[in-house]
Amino acid sequence: MSALLDLRGLTKHFPLSPDLFGRPKATVHALDDVSLSLARGETLSIVGESGCGKSTLGKAIVQLQVPTAGDILLEGARVNGQRGAALKAFRKRVQMVFQDPYSSLNPRLTVFDSLAEPLRNFGIAHARAELERQIGDLLQQVGLPRDAAHRYPHEFSGGQRQRIAIARALAPRPDLIVCDEAVSALDVSVKAQVVNLLGDIQKATGLSLVFISHDLAIVEHLTHRVAVMYLGRVVELAERRALFGDARHPYTRALISAVPVPDPKVRKTRTMLKGDVPSPLRPPSGCRFHTRCPFATETCRAVTPALRPVAEGHKVACHFDISPDGTQVRDAA
Amino acid sequence: MAASSLPPQVSAAPDLFPPVKRRHPWVALARRHPSIVIGGGLLLVIVVMAVAAQWLGTVDPNAIAPAKRNRAPSAEFWFGTDALGRDLYSRVLYGAQVSLMVGVAVAVCATILGLATGLVAGAVRALDAPIMRIMDGLMSIPPILLAVALMALMRGSVLNVILAISIAEFPRMSRLVRGLVLSIREQPYVDGAIVAGTALPMVIWRHILPNTLGPVIVQSTYICSAAMITEAALSFIGAGTPPSVPSWGTVMSEGRALWQIKPHMIFFPAVFLSLTVLAVNILGDGLRDAFDPRAGKRG
Repeated sequence: MSALLDLRGLTKHFPLSPDLFGRPKATVHALDDVSLSLARGETLSIVGESGCGKSTLGKAIVQLQVPTAGDILLEGARVNGQRGAALKAFRKRVQMVFQDPYSSLNPRLTVFDSLAEPLRNFGIAHARAELERQIGDLLQQVGLPRDAAHRYPHEFSGGQRQRIAIARALAPRPDLIVCDEAVSALDVSVKAQVVNLLGDIQKATGLSLVFISHDLAIVEHLTHRVAVMYLGRVVELAERRALFGDARHPYTRALISAVPVPDPKVRKTRTMLKGDVPSPLRPPSGCRFHTRCPFATETCRAVTPALRPVAEGHKVACHFDISPDGTQVRDAA
Repeated sequence: MAASSLPPQVSAAPDLFPPVKRRHPWVALARRHPSIVIGGGLLLVIVVMAVAAQWLGTVDPNAIAPAKRNRAPSAEFWFGTDALGRDLYSRVLYGAQVSLMVGVAVAVCATILGLATGLVAGAVRALDAPIMRIMDGLMSIPPILLAVALMALMRGSVLNVILAISIAEFPRMSRLVRGLVLSIREQPYVDGAIVAGTALPMVIWRHILPNTLGPVIVQSTYICSAAMITEAALSFIGAGTPPSVPSWGTVMSEGRALWQIKPHMIFFPAVFLSLTVLAVNILGDGLRDAFDPRAGKRG
């Protein structure tokens, strides 16, 4: 399995603007030492609560954010810090779909103009007739009529706009699309349609997807692998089946137990987390989850757990092996 | 349930959606944005009067007639004459040309200058602080004082008045544009354009600039009215247009010595100035409402 995308120790800190005397006030630790890899044709989902750094990770991958440290590798070649033609070549291969379909399309441009932009920029099509043909094909590919091209975004519904945004991302025929909460703003039925559309496109083109979401039900439906993030760190990384069936990290278990089951007879034992996510301005020492973890010990407060393999393709950042019912806690070391 | 058992009221349903009345587009505009029509209409009348001044029964606004000086308004001299016997009606109408030209030219110059500096300050982080501190400096001086100071350095001419007032007025526009750019560039469609491979200058030109234009046009109407008042004030204190070019400010300035016994010398140019500024401001308010659907929409 040759990796298309490799993230090595990706870190992003946002210094808050300095106070009146020029002293930096504080630093937001949005991403800390995130290492992931993604194969061709694979979907990797990034899940976690609001503020855990998933959107920053997405923006860092498409280079809308410059990472503080770490490297991004595309087919083994380092791509972060590139400029000019090299950056443009990177952009052609890595595209993004944004969360809010109402603000991700310029309200003053027709669909044609929005879609023509990447086609012209990446030198795929220039002549008017060729642009018309390719944009018609793209719209058809995302399930919209060809004549949608000459309308403005406000004439479309949220789901249709998200299809247009997907068409824009598909325009340069990329190898990878980062979907940042791409269906979160949509109604449930429309959500399913868009998710299925992404799946169909992936099957047809062999595209890789990074799917950033807080919605585990959607993630379970479309992903190959899942990375769970908490306060800027990856706490668990596993194949879909392993994650939803055999989650090891107490945080992942809490997340999964919070997914609603559409059956009133099922009474689940919910793992409730106490407290809120701590501020990323002052992340807790050691394991960042220790302030809310029912199993936390002195070790957790002092030592940051590394991602360690627990099974084939399954890694977890926890000092302990905790049985699914939480009764047995064994030291992993 | 059979269709026949439906209560008879159901047939009244179409009344809930009365047929849309087809109105003439001008009537529709007037109903939706009355201030645009009122302000624009009043301004149009004044502009037509200014442009058509020479065909509206005027005489040479600078022709002196000492025998007929200080006349009150009459059938011969509609607005009376001034201390040199010049026809005030002609001077007010020709003065409208100068005032409107200054207002429009300053609005255009200040908008272009403000857009250029504001876009750069908003888009290029390194230049933001230097440009904005210069604007703060310019804005800390009252516009009229700054214009007087600039006029003191230059010869009195309409062009120099336009330049001086533009320099005094454009920092406000610059600050507005910078603020707009800072908020627009956080919009996902700007990120989307960057990901789509668009270079920064093109992002500014295609995605940021067009979305600033609504507020910018509104602000430029306010600059236009402010510029007309500043021009009148400059001319009133003798730092504006040369005496050979009648503007409302110069006409009022010349009437100052006699205004207590001959109030018409100041009354007519002042009324025209006020009406023009009022028209531009009403138009600006209407445009603001039209561009910002969230701003109070009654009915």
